[in-house]
Amino acid sequence: MSAPSGNLRRRRAFAWLGTMLALACAAIAAGALLVILGYVVVQGVGAVNWAFLTQLPHPVGIEGGGVGNGILGTIIIIGLATIMAVPLGLLTGIYLALFGRGPIPEALRFLSDVLSGVPSIAIGLFAYAVLVAPLKHFSAFSASFAFMMLMLPLLVRTSEQAIRSVPQTVREGALALGMSNYRATVHIVLPTARPAIITALLLAIARVTGETAPLLFTAFGSQFWEKNPNNPMAVLALQVFTYAISPYPNWQAQAWAGAFLLILAVLVLSLGARWMLRNAMRGLET
Amino acid sequence: MTPSTGSDGAFRRVARFVSPVDRGFAAIVYGGSFLFALLIVGLFVELVLGSWPSIVAFGPSFIWKSSWDPITSKFGALPMIYGTVVTSFIGIALAGFVGIMAAVFLADFAPRWLAAPLSFLIELLAAVPSVVYGLWGLFVLSPFVRTAIGPLLQKVLGWTPLFSGPIYGVGLLTAGIILALMIVPTVTAISRDVIAAIPRDLREASMALGSTKWEMATRVVLPAAKVGIFGACILALGRALGETIAVTMVIGNRPEISASLFAPSYTLASVIANEFTEATTSIYISALIELGLILFVVSVIVNALARLMIWSVRGST
Repeated sequence: MSAPSGNLRRRRAFAWLGTMLALACAAIAAGALLVILGYVVVQGVGAVNWAFLTQLPHPVGIEGGGVGNGILGTIIIIGLATIMAVPLGLLTGIYLALFGRGPIPEALRFLSDVLSGVPSIAIGLFAYAVLVAPLKHFSAFSASFAFMMLMLPLLVRTSEQAIRSVPQTVREGALALGMSNYRATVHIVLPTARPAIITALLLAIARVTGETAPLLFTAFGSQFWEKNPNNPMAVLALQVFTYAISPYPNWQAQAWAGAFLLILAVLVLSLGARWMLRNAMRGLET
Repeated sequence: MTPSTGSDGAFRRVARFVSPVDRGFAAIVYGGSFLFALLIVGLFVELVLGSWPSIVAFGPSFIWKSSWDPITSKFGALPMIYGTVVTSFIGIALAGFVGIMAAVFLADFAPRWLAAPLSFLIELLAAVPSVVYGLWGLFVLSPFVRTAIGPLLQKVLGWTPLFSGPIYGVGLLTAGIILALMIVPTVTAISRDVIAAIPRDLREASMALGSTKWEMATRVVLPAAKVGIFGACILALGRALGETIAVTMVIGNRPEISASLFAPSYTLASVIANEFTEATTSIYISALIELGLILFVVSVIVNALARLMIWSVRGST
């Protein structure tokens, strides 16, 4: 073996440099998450305590106070959105899986993909136009409606794929035993597809938990323990936004604490979804 | 993300829906799907209806007029379109480079023990809420731009109009950097999948001809994955165009067109977020909704384009 020529050495050096550049880029992207997480934890965790989780916001100038009503509002609004989105998403998914050929289902798939790319602020305008402007007041329900629209595309596409991935023989077996299509779908096919659908639901909930833009002119925010979905309601993400852009250091500190809660919720949901999916996959293999 | 086993075996209709129960079931399924379609069509129709007064009052010149004056009810979208385009361009330029390089590394260079956790972290970056990016951008990134990045850029490139003028911290550049962070997971994840879908034969042939691994990755694999990666970038661009809260918090919110990237600006989404609840006259609200309509139409076009490109390489679903 002779020593590498100058040309080869140059090419190898170049390859080494390129590899390092690629490594650096991957490290930058992954490092960005760690940096942001680090800031939120360091700045936010200190202000999180029982009072912060359970109390109402205090007026400007009075120390303390919490985001209890925002946490409650987030749960109510997302709960309502889930109640509306799951049946609608499932039905559309079932339709696409069972009757899914031809121009109409294709158009529906395209519409669903279109919806997944529509900016959340435009969906907020839609919720405003159909539920806020005609009633002349902001409401938590209009926020749930906007969240439902944001959750639907993921639910529709995932439930379609999950139902399709149930082996054809399972359905045929159920039908051969004399079951109706309804029973075969609802009692045999859907339970098999359930882990994937729940995974998608968790991801959809994670997505809307941190969503803020459509809330500005739907839920609007509130200073009280609001439980009626027909009224304006406090939401955690909205409180973080309002506090962050306020000039008061006390509020800004609470914004970091609220951001910490949001990130915690979103990470738990995302990791839970991953874990469920992995378990489901393992279940399929064995 | 989702299991795609058996996607080739489309679910056939093995029995007809004849019994009363099945007919009812089919009717409900049809009804639900119809409602879903109706919602999406309704979204478009409502945006058009809401912006109709503004469309009638200002006509097409809405798009190229640059005054945004609620007091005299003169509205033009140009400053916001400019801000949206510039911030998204900065975002995709940064995220495109970093994301594609990261994807190359993850797909072809990283050992398994490194690739898995790195992909995991990058994908989690996509889960961070927009408002948290905004908070971080406002209190960490924008002071950093004001005191470090900005002065440095001005020192080196200050002779160009792009980097001239006072550095506020909030502005086009800061918003662009935040957008880059938000869309880099999209670029990386899809590009990595597209690159991984390129057949092994190409890689082996290239290596057999004596290329270095880097030459294989950049001169054989990347060109083969070009269309899909471009699609990933367009999809990410779509996200950047419509991103609202984070941008609203760091862009400075001023409806002006200035050449300097340090200047405060506005985007289509951030002006809606900022002014909608304070808009008093109906023409003002209508003008804001028309901005939303523009955003909607652009995002639909961009997304449709991106999906076609990604599908052409990776296959649908």
